[in-house]
Amino acid sequence: MRVELREIRKSFGAVRANDGITLAAEAGTIHGVLGENGAGKSTLMKIVSGTLAPDGGQILLDGTPVRIGSASQALRTHIGMVHQDPLDFPSMSVLDNFLVGAPVGLVPRRRRARDALRDLAARFGFALDPEARCDHLTVAERQQLEIVRLLWLGVQVLILDEPTTAISASQRTQLFAALRAMAAQGRVVFFVSHKLEEVQEICDRVTVLRHGRVAGEAPIPCETGTLVRLMFGRDLPRAPRPRIRLGPTVLDLADLAVGDTLLTLEHVVLQVSAGEVVGLAGLEGSGQRLLLQVCAGLIPPIGGRILIGGRDLTGRPYQHFLAAGIGYVPAGRLGEGLIPGLTVAEHAAIAEPRRSAFVDRRQAVRSAARRIREFNIRGTPDTDVRALSGGNQQRALLALLPARLTVLLMEHPTRGLDLESAEEIWRRLLDRRAHGTAIVFSSSDLDELLDRSDRIVVFSGGRVSAPIDARRATVAQLGELIGGKGL
Amino acid sequence: MDPVPLIAAVVAASPPVIFAVLGETLAEKSGVINLSLDGLLLLSAMTGFAAARAAGSVPAGAAAAMAVGAAAGFVVAFASLTLRQHQVATGFVLTLLCQNLAYLLGAPVAHVPGPQVSPAPVPVLAQWPLVGPVLFQQDALVYLSFVATAAVWWYLAKTAPGLVLRGVGEHPAAAAARGIAVTRTRYLYAVAGGALVGLGGAAFSLAVKPGWSRPYGIEGTGWIVLAIVIFGNWDPLRGAGGAYLFVLLQTLGTVLQSLMPRVPTQVFPTLPFPLMILALLLVALGNSERIHRALHRLPPGARRRLLRTLRALQSSPPASLGAPLEQE
Amino acid sequence: MRRLGFAAAGLAATALAGAAVLRIVSASPAQAYSLILAGAVGSPERATFVLAAWAPLLLAAAGLLVTFAAGLWNIGIEGQVIFGAVCATGALRALEHLGPPWLALVSAGLAGAAGGALWALLAGALRAYGRVNEIFGGLGLNFIAGSLTVYLVLGPWARPGIASTSGTLPFDPALWLPALRVSRVAVPIEVLLGLAAIGAVSAALRGTYFGLYLTAIGHSLRAAQLRGIATTRETLRAFALCGALAGLAGFALVAGAYSRHQLFPLISAGNGYLAILVVLLAGQHAVACAAIAAAFAAISMGSLQLPLAMQLDSSMGGVLQGLLVLCVILLRGFQTRFLREGT
Repeated sequence: MRVELREIRKSFGAVRANDGITLAAEAGTIHGVLGENGAGKSTLMKIVSGTLAPDGGQILLDGTPVRIGSASQALRTHIGMVHQDPLDFPSMSVLDNFLVGAPVGLVPRRRRARDALRDLAARFGFALDPEARCDHLTVAERQQLEIVRLLWLGVQVLILDEPTTAISASQRTQLFAALRAMAAQGRVVFFVSHKLEEVQEICDRVTVLRHGRVAGEAPIPCETGTLVRLMFGRDLPRAPRPRIRLGPTVLDLADLAVGDTLLTLEHVVLQVSAGEVVGLAGLEGSGQRLLLQVCAGLIPPIGGRILIGGRDLTGRPYQHFLAAGIGYVPAGRLGEGLIPGLTVAEHAAIAEPRRSAFVDRRQAVRSAARRIREFNIRGTPDTDVRALSGGNQQRALLALLPARLTVLLMEHPTRGLDLESAEEIWRRLLDRRAHGTAIVFSSSDLDELLDRSDRIVVFSGGRVSAPIDARRATVAQLGELIGGKGL
Repeated sequence: MDPVPLIAAVVAASPPVIFAVLGETLAEKSGVINLSLDGLLLLSAMTGFAAARAAGSVPAGAAAAMAVGAAAGFVVAFASLTLRQHQVATGFVLTLLCQNLAYLLGAPVAHVPGPQVSPAPVPVLAQWPLVGPVLFQQDALVYLSFVATAAVWWYLAKTAPGLVLRGVGEHPAAAAARGIAVTRTRYLYAVAGGALVGLGGAAFSLAVKPGWSRPYGIEGTGWIVLAIVIFGNWDPLRGAGGAYLFVLLQTLGTVLQSLMPRVPTQVFPTLPFPLMILALLLVALGNSERIHRALHRLPPGARRRLLRTLRALQSSPPASLGAPLEQE
Repeated sequence: MRRLGFAAAGLAATALAGAAVLRIVSASPAQAYSLILAGAVGSPERATFVLAAWAPLLLAAAGLLVTFAAGLWNIGIEGQVIFGAVCATGALRALEHLGPPWLALVSAGLAGAAGGALWALLAGALRAYGRVNEIFGGLGLNFIAGSLTVYLVLGPWARPGIASTSGTLPFDPALWLPALRVSRVAVPIEVLLGLAAIGAVSAALRGTYFGLYLTAIGHSLRAAQLRGIATTRETLRAFALCGALAGLAGFALVAGAYSRHQLFPLISAGNGYLAILVVLLAGQHAVACAAIAAAFAAISMGSLQLPLAMQLDSSMGGVLQGLLVLCVILLRGFQTRFLREGT
């Protein structure tokens, strides 16, 4: 069946995630949807799969407009989506996952379902053990399970959202073969990705999204350069940056290993000098947050050492890091960085060194007023931080940092901000850098990384690249590294 | 000391706790905690007895008790899922309210005789040595408790709606993505679970602890049931095991007291509570990441054995417990 | 203003629901309500008893203001009151014949506070280090404290000759806390202590760093940690302070001028739990706390008249209190969910 999207629009507040997107995918093809983080790919696919309702536009199947108001409605129109984060039931078995929600009557015929599972899996070269627990499977296998389940339910339009993020090369080959087989049977496969190479390998046609709009369409085979230009815009000549003298090493990571339940980073070596700006690039969830948090002392490392300003602080509590001059500004402005329900003045009171057990309200208000003035925050000392806009919350977070910092760690400093606010934030950050603070920040905006960093470190699939000189790097080079090539 | 009469006594006294544990397991599996359990057991016990006495029949009493349980489950679900109020607050108020209602409305039927469940030995099987007195010389409620445990287990493990329940509790977002009506499912099991708890209350006043009085004597059992559900890892068989263990401790308490008269009489009835805390501590230990990390330093043999013990103690709640699902 | 509106609506709903409940036992709502009112304020003596019941509620509620500010559910407060009473009794017994009475009373007060703080720290430690939810930890400790009381009353502290559940040997009047006379009503001094506690706690929550930290923790534990607040330490301090105030409530229950002057089983009789209801209803508002505590004390005392005059169990008071809080919770839910768009 032919899938057509006409003028799909979707906004979240002031942000236009999808701004009039039109595309068409023919039956029996694999259609790529390419774009950077924040280009609008996920939103678009959520609309097609019924998770979100569009603000405007139409979806047509074989020429007939359809309304997809919910996930179950989508299934009835034979559309199914395999999400990037598996939407399955971890503690239940593969067979149980297969069966939940399926129309199988009161007591499901397990043997029949098991055979169907095995047949379908075998047909595409997957090997799934029906009795295995779902959270013991690899990400690739959980994906395979989801694909097989959707096929069993009769899906004709299959959407895959960043399917190759966490699977091995051989699993990827398997997946691609399966996708080709599905397309050959007349289905439509939407392949959503930011990885140029893979899109070129598997898709028949690709639509490139940028800032919520269709930047262009191209048949495959296609020149990589064309796709890069469509994805990122032209490589603009960079304005010359003032060279500043770097100071001694203030942040030293020696063979560091850190991990959580999902990801482990190993053998990380990095030395950051005073006044230097290091950017962390990569897809969300590739380890940048882990690194920033271990540098802040919020997570203990599994191995290796951290030195701040020459002092070994490995394994010390967070307060020691704070005392050594670390500032950490998390991505979650409200609820992580700022305390919802407290006013600006109260935050100022907490931030300043205390002289007695009693809070000097007037002093707190004065301090808050000063910070508001200096950082141009739209609000008063008695404003609840919940009422501040995103940009003002970010300004507030910066305003609450101590005057002198050794290392400033920031997650996504300008996410969701308009250009003007972003400029202003960077002016202040560069101000600090001029006073000797080292800045390490993570971002999904390649332009920001290239413009602002001295060096860039790329994270991909649990691996960390050696630092790259930002002055000499190009967008394409970064894009490829993020896509996992050459790491 | 002959163990057979002891075990038979334990089995005879267990139906109320079994029903309560099963009911609360169902409700919590879907993601709704019914913190009013302690007061609810009292209220449903009193209602069951009063209704049975008024109607002259035990089934009428049981039905009334189940209705009370279902109503309480509904109130908790409504306050939590529709009105988005804090489950702990609602549950806590409700437990006090139910307890006071039980005492108030139960005053007329305190210390009066009423219908009871009569013993119902199974004809041939009751004569079996050992197994006979324990399993087949009991009353209808005990047999029902066996059936209920098996039924809940079968429902969760083998049927499609049972799968849906497990999915809703485990990962409501994934269930919603498959078109399952999450909120409606939670309402259903909060009410059904409450009804089972109500049956547990009736099992007290119509069989195990016939009649009604103030205080009734089971005050605090509801909290233990909540702890048993956690300790049992939200699994009906493990929960039933915990229930039998609890009743065994209670029964042993009376026996041990007679053997150790110098121990103060308050020690044994109170023992379940520090044991409850200990059980929860063990569960936290089993889940603790720090302990898991510390174990990595031990030699492999000891490590494997300790890990297996820890894993047995592990208890992971249905991921959505206590939180209403936010729809986009 | 909205708060008063809710209170009025809640009272109305409660009165109706209570009437329905009374009908079930064929009792007249009008008679019951007027009996409760008369039982509370019908005479100066009755008013004094209400005041005596008000004091421990005030103290416990003051303590709960601290823990609720930090988002903690200190259900263990009941046990903290009981253990405070136990420690106060112990101190009084030890010092009653040694030195002046005021010394014994002050020591008992301190012992009660210390005991309550210790009991609370147990629950706090279980939560902080054992990851046992403070609801279950607190509850378990409540029952242990209750059993400990029974053991002491029937065992080591039993009355000479007759070991009776009616309690320990009542203390000599010299060891009673004084009461002031205000027109015709005797005001037990612990009421002033309670009012002072509510006022002090409320002011401290707003004016000290400790209060600011607790409020921050209550809003977002994670953000508070990132801001550099030592959340574990401050949480344990909150438990300790709440326990100390609860312990003082226990002290008032054994040493108050109009108490029974003895330790007995069910010494707390749900004061801790009732205080939770008070704070749930009043929020962080000091005056509302005091007022609602007074109303609840009046209802509790008033409903003691019901058994004799109407053969109604005195738990009717508890039913009314519970209904009121439930109605207000549901009303608040309605307002948030259905009346305010886009919450």
